[in-house]
Amino acid sequence: MPETTNVDYSTKIPNNVGLTDDQRVLKALEQWHPGYIDWWMTMGPEGFQTSDVYLRTAVSIDPKGWAKFDYVKMPEYRWGILLAPRQEDRQVNFGVHKGEKAWQEVPGEYRAMLRRLIVIQGDTEPASVEQQRHLGKTAPSLYDMRNLFQVNVEEGRHLWAMVYLLQKYFGKDGREEAEGLLQRRSGDADKPRMLGAFNEATPDWLSFFMFTFFTDRDGKMQLESLAQSGFDPLSRTCRFMLTEEAHHMFVGETGVGRTIERTCQAMKEAGIEDPYDIAAVRKLGVIDLPTIQKKANLHFSLSLDLFGSEVSTNAANYYNSGLKGRFQETRIEDDHELTKASYPVSKLVDGQVKMIDEPALTAINMRLRDDYVADCAKGVDRWNKVIEKAGVNFRLKLPHVAFHRHIGEFQNAKATPEGQILSDAEWSKKKDQWIPSTSDGDFIASLMTPCWERGKFAPWISAPKVGIDNKAGDFEYVKIHQA
Amino acid sequence: MAERIDFQTEPARYRHWKLKFDGEVAELVMDVDENAGLFDGYQLKLNSYDLGVDIELNDAIQRLRFEHPEVKVVVLKSGKDRVFCAGANIRMLAGSTHTHKVNFCKFTNETRNSMEDASRHSGQKYICAVRGTAAGGGYELALATDHIILADDGNSTVALPELPLLAVLPGTGGLTRVTDKRKVRRDLADAFCTIEEGVKGARAVKWRLVDQVVANSKFEQTVKDTAKKLAAQSDRPSGAAGIRLTPIERKLDDKSVSYSCVRIDIERDARRATITIQGPAAAPPASAEAMVAEGAAFWPLRLARELDDAILHLRLNEPEIGVLIFKSQGEPAQVLAFDAFLEANKTHWLAREVLHYWKRALKRIDLTSRSLVALIEPGSCFAGTLAEIIFACDRSFMLIGSFQGDNRVPATITLSPANFGTYTMSNDLSRLATRFLGEPESLEKAKAGIGKPLEAEASEELGLVTTALDYIDWDDEVRIFLEERASFSADGLTGMEANLRFAGPETMETKIFGRLTAWQNWIFQRPNAAGAEGALKRYGTGVKANFNPERV
Repeated sequence: MPETTNVDYSTKIPNNVGLTDDQRVLKALEQWHPGYIDWWMTMGPEGFQTSDVYLRTAVSIDPKGWAKFDYVKMPEYRWGILLAPRQEDRQVNFGVHKGEKAWQEVPGEYRAMLRRLIVIQGDTEPASVEQQRHLGKTAPSLYDMRNLFQVNVEEGRHLWAMVYLLQKYFGKDGREEAEGLLQRRSGDADKPRMLGAFNEATPDWLSFFMFTFFTDRDGKMQLESLAQSGFDPLSRTCRFMLTEEAHHMFVGETGVGRTIERTCQAMKEAGIEDPYDIAAVRKLGVIDLPTIQKKANLHFSLSLDLFGSEVSTNAANYYNSGLKGRFQETRIEDDHELTKASYPVSKLVDGQVKMIDEPALTAINMRLRDDYVADCAKGVDRWNKVIEKAGVNFRLKLPHVAFHRHIGEFQNAKATPEGQILSDAEWSKKKDQWIPSTSDGDFIASLMTPCWERGKFAPWISAPKVGIDNKAGDFEYVKIHQA
Repeated sequence: MAERIDFQTEPARYRHWKLKFDGEVAELVMDVDENAGLFDGYQLKLNSYDLGVDIELNDAIQRLRFEHPEVKVVVLKSGKDRVFCAGANIRMLAGSTHTHKVNFCKFTNETRNSMEDASRHSGQKYICAVRGTAAGGGYELALATDHIILADDGNSTVALPELPLLAVLPGTGGLTRVTDKRKVRRDLADAFCTIEEGVKGARAVKWRLVDQVVANSKFEQTVKDTAKKLAAQSDRPSGAAGIRLTPIERKLDDKSVSYSCVRIDIERDARRATITIQGPAAAPPASAEAMVAEGAAFWPLRLARELDDAILHLRLNEPEIGVLIFKSQGEPAQVLAFDAFLEANKTHWLAREVLHYWKRALKRIDLTSRSLVALIEPGSCFAGTLAEIIFACDRSFMLIGSFQGDNRVPATITLSPANFGTYTMSNDLSRLATRFLGEPESLEKAKAGIGKPLEAEASEELGLVTTALDYIDWDDEVRIFLEERASFSADGLTGMEANLRFAGPETMETKIFGRLTAWQNWIFQRPNAAGAEGALKRYGTGVKANFNPERV
């Protein structure tokens, strides 16, 4: 079957890339499939593999109506290979090849670079499934549980998407890398995932929401810049992945928003005016706003690390080669070559944070991170509206980019959330005010009791305004059949 | 450029390395301070190195041998999280003069060779524990060790990305050690050297790029166990106390450098320097214990350190001084007494170290790209070990009889057993064996002369010096030679001398230096690497290099 907008379900692997006519790749994927299922069974959501989950499955790549909802057992989910429609005459839109026809095959000289980009992106997809695998047990509602599993199966599909590219375009090396993606494990001492934030624990649901808000938003930015790629199959893959990724952002933003809403509501009901009266707020069985701020500080700073060094030769090479662009590249008004432009980069100079102009090509990571920070800030504003509306005197803030960093310009500095540089000793003394302490973690953990009754929600979180697929409030999103 | 590059340092002043001692095992930890480069204009990111980093490494390797006889195994590792070593700093290379690059590469090669020398001759083995990426010079450091252990964590790799990344070659013996030391098959080596991101895990072992890959959780223990196993094979003394390599005392001015037994006098206009070596002032110590008590003041060691420093100083800080004239002053009998002392005590760890240090210092002279001349005059002490300097020179002139009005006895050369195998050159032969490669009978005749003071004509007859001259001809002949030398092309001389110095068989060392000179230094000059649009110049900008496709 040739490439179409409709998905071919006749093969074991749903796809719109004409897999039946591509026996080599079909065979490679079929050989990879058992290993994937094995990985899903051992590292996927724990305890719910036999439950029926109301999930959406992509059935088309038509922007209107691309998915359908139905109950499915997760291991039977139809993970497919779906690429956004091919645009005739698409060009390489930036870098030294600007204006050339977009590549339908991997250019030999960029093979290693492209493979690395795809492997790094691919490695994050299964990692988050692994990080989140224990969360089902403490889900605050069936609605949230379903959202978690939706995120998980789609991350699984994103892994498929990257594996397809590896197997289709990168030969033997690609097949080995595809295997490697199933071998590494989040947080494992011997075979960790490639990027730091994907080896951190996701211990509770607030972490999960923060992760989907902050870390999946990094994923979104990465996909946005890969969607600009001159390597057309990568671009098309990422464009389709972005439609799914939007839901993950939604889960994060509304999850944190509903947590905030419930906290404010409980405070008002109890007549607590001081948001910093943490003990009093916690007694209500909700998460106090300062602790939510700390969680945001932690996840934001870990996610910033994912953008890599502010000034990066690799990023410059990716851009100049036409492999990875900027956020909304084609909407930016400049020469899209950047050989003469500069871009301000925040740096630590003599113990102070300063903006220094660097060649724009080498500052690609910095630019993407700036776009990311702006995108995060909009979400934080919406959270603040919830607080404002409840009449609580508190504002959440994004910490400074120098705060709590492990990669890039600020990795060796200690800074406050306001960006003031501190000594190591002061940092040790004060860090519990800024990032969650063990006792904060213990408190949140104490709230994480499951609430699996239809239409009910754990006391620390509000109900959503509307249901998934417009279902009524007491819809049974997950029919639990525990193994 | 810095005012003057100083090769003297000590652990308390290290910016980039840490030494940790635990009985018979030492850790040599590379933790480069990115803001402490030798020059401005680059940061030493990702444990990359410049000459300053390597000066410390060389110092550490020396001290491990002299100050720590108890150390049988050195574990070389990184102090950084996800990177072992990214090799020589590219921006430093891109910003350096060709002269600096060549001198830098030469020194780093000598340093790596000295690790292998410690292992082969001194019972001090090196293990390389690679976690993170070991790329380019990083992997070449690993290649200089006896055993490479690579973490099997999916991220740790070894790589020689010079060609794909920078359009140059590995500059510290990487290619030669891959094929000749680790004996990697040529086609696999070819594949390896074109994979920018390198090779990891089981394939790295299969291709023999590393000795073993080990899971992270077992890594430390495996390194420990391997160290223990290697330590058990060492013949270094347990429980011996080392000597302290105290700071070398020097006085520098624009025209001279003076040490306790070496003096450099520079004639800048004539572009030459005279290096005068002072023989021992006293008899050798009474015993090996007395030698240890003398420590760094022990004359052969003191002289070797000073001479080594002098040569390095001239190489890096006096690039326009084209001719080095060696002279000596002292009692030949005293020099021979020290030779005899070292020979009698050669199984003692310190005597062994001193002899091997002399070997390395003499190799450093062999590898110095200046015209080397020995002037052997009355009052000189070119005997035994010091006679090696004559044989290291491109030409030697010896005075017959005395100068007018000089009542000193005529100059002599006296050979000792040390001239017949103690101080091998890079080609693994003694200087005399190399000198007489085509005339074994001359080598035998020279051997028969061991212990006999040979005056100029006898020395010339035996082929130990180029020319014997009487006082009537001396001044003019020497002057004409030096003036002629100064008139030739510096590049031409460098090439010719390097070709003529190393007759005889190829060894890994001769290949490393020969190929560095012939290939790498050529490629370093070519526009594809060093031109305005070349890969070295464009590295880090994101802009692609523009290559001339013509194969030369």
